[in-house]
Amino acid sequence: MHAASFVALATFRESVRDRVFYNLVLFAVLLVAASLLIGQLTAGQDVKIIKDLSLAATSLFGLCIAIFVGIGLVSKEVDRRSVYPLLAKPVRRSELIVGKYLGLLLTLLVNVAVMTAAIYLVLFYLARGVPPNIQQAWDAPALDPALLKAIALIYLELATVTAVALFFSSYSSPLLSAIFTLGIYVIGQFNADLKQFDRIVSAPAAVALAKGLYYLLPDFARFDVKLAVVHGQPVPVAYVAATAAYALLYIAALVCGAAALFARRDFK
Amino acid sequence: MQAAIRTRDLTKDFAVGFWRKRPYRALDRLSIDVAPGDVFGFLGPNGAGKTTTLKLLMQLIFPSSGEAEILGRPAGDIAVRRRIGYLPENPYFYDHLTAEELLDYYGRLFRIAGGERGRRVSAILDRLGIGAERRLQLRRFSKGMLQRVGLAQALLNDPEVIFLDEPMSGLDPLGRRDVRNLILELRDQGRTIFFSSHILSDAEVLCSRVAILVKGQLAAQGTIADLQAFHVRGWELIVHGVEDSIVQRLRGRARRITRIEGARYAIELGTESRPEQILTELIADGASLVSLNPLRDTLEDLFVRRVAEVGEGARAEGGHARG
Repeated sequence: MHAASFVALATFRESVRDRVFYNLVLFAVLLVAASLLIGQLTAGQDVKIIKDLSLAATSLFGLCIAIFVGIGLVSKEVDRRSVYPLLAKPVRRSELIVGKYLGLLLTLLVNVAVMTAAIYLVLFYLARGVPPNIQQAWDAPALDPALLKAIALIYLELATVTAVALFFSSYSSPLLSAIFTLGIYVIGQFNADLKQFDRIVSAPAAVALAKGLYYLLPDFARFDVKLAVVHGQPVPVAYVAATAAYALLYIAALVCGAAALFARRDFK
Repeated sequence: MQAAIRTRDLTKDFAVGFWRKRPYRALDRLSIDVAPGDVFGFLGPNGAGKTTTLKLLMQLIFPSSGEAEILGRPAGDIAVRRRIGYLPENPYFYDHLTAEELLDYYGRLFRIAGGERGRRVSAILDRLGIGAERRLQLRRFSKGMLQRVGLAQALLNDPEVIFLDEPMSGLDPLGRRDVRNLILELRDQGRTIFFSSHILSDAEVLCSRVAILVKGQLAAQGTIADLQAFHVRGWELIVHGVEDSIVQRLRGRARRITRIEGARYAIELGTESRPEQILTELIADGASLVSLNPLRDTLEDLFVRRVAEVGEGARAEGGHARG
């Protein structure tokens, strides 16, 4: 196995020991409480609301992990000086960066997988006993496989946010990394607007700058197909594949950037 | 013979200051050679540049100029890292892991196969006196125990060259004795040991060669015997079976005369005295020789003097610059 894979497994183990997965308990409680409450309050809309709520919660909980664990991935190693004995071993600095990143991706994967199972379980519980003629009136079936497309894109979005956090964490303090990552995430939600900037501004320099930022910053809105899936609108596989390719390219660029910055860093 | 560790004009400047960065030279053109099998003591007061040198050798920081080699390869070479061990100063390890898990993780990075890894981890923990605690998370370990874990991880890969940054730090007297014995054991196995310390008594007992670093500059380098031989500051002559009146005749030529017991005297002579002549006179008067030894500087004396010399030099340079 590659040194990066050992670092990844150690990072995953650290997440487990640091009780990162406790968020799953909160997620489960939220989901069960919401389903019980919504089941009482709404008629026929409960499945749709639960899908909406649970996908949003998956994204939000994952985002918290991606940002707050992500910013500590490298900076914690450096601040606590555990990087000293580690880099005296036959481990390249780039392998440390890649291993740390893959470790957190594994943590997020387990997290999202458990959440997905919980969502399907709650939806199965809600749909149970509902007559078929009522179910046919729903926008999408309760156990709609298209939910997996939305969840896959959420996971890719989290992987991209983690790469942004890792990039900043490779040379900056945790606080600054958190601010930068959160800032990039928020801007990334509205990135598509930058492309249309020439519609409201005529100055060529401003338009060129907006276009440049559009290509430089991640377009996080691409990953959000929650509304379409909940309302039963089709999400083409080609779109998911193109978004996955976009995410992979962006992640590769960020991880390479993080490795390059980390490679020449002095640990004073 | 190829040096185990070799540096040439190794220099490190750090940028200091918040707004207006200015260079601060932490290490200034360090050139040392450590032969295979040497126990090399790297001595100096706090802030002398010892840890900076070790970090440069481990490539945790990069030199501003100069070069460093370990086992004939550039410092930081991945192949070399398989053959060395490193204990950082005040080591910190992942506190969510147990000692066993930590060593297992590092063992994987060294690509030590499963069964062999388990055996080696167990043996090294036994050797370092870490018993049942090996299954406790490291967050529960005392500083001394962490130091032992640090030593264990530095020896896990059976290294040829071992770098120890202040290995006695945080250890109680028993722990220090254990580490001293461990270093001697490693020396007897033919390993090269490079250790930094400001505890001179340890260096005196353990080292075949030492270098003294002061304010980033090499102030002295050599074997302990070489460094001390040039600083004989007198002689101690112990004689037996001599009358007090005869001894008292030497008052003018001796620095100090002390009666040990009965007719046994310790006579301290200055470097200007000729001990052979005085001894001949005393033997002629019926005395018998117990011992004659040169009074040499201790390593501490040498250390203090070199630190003071470099300090004086720096002040003089500062004065010229200002003038």
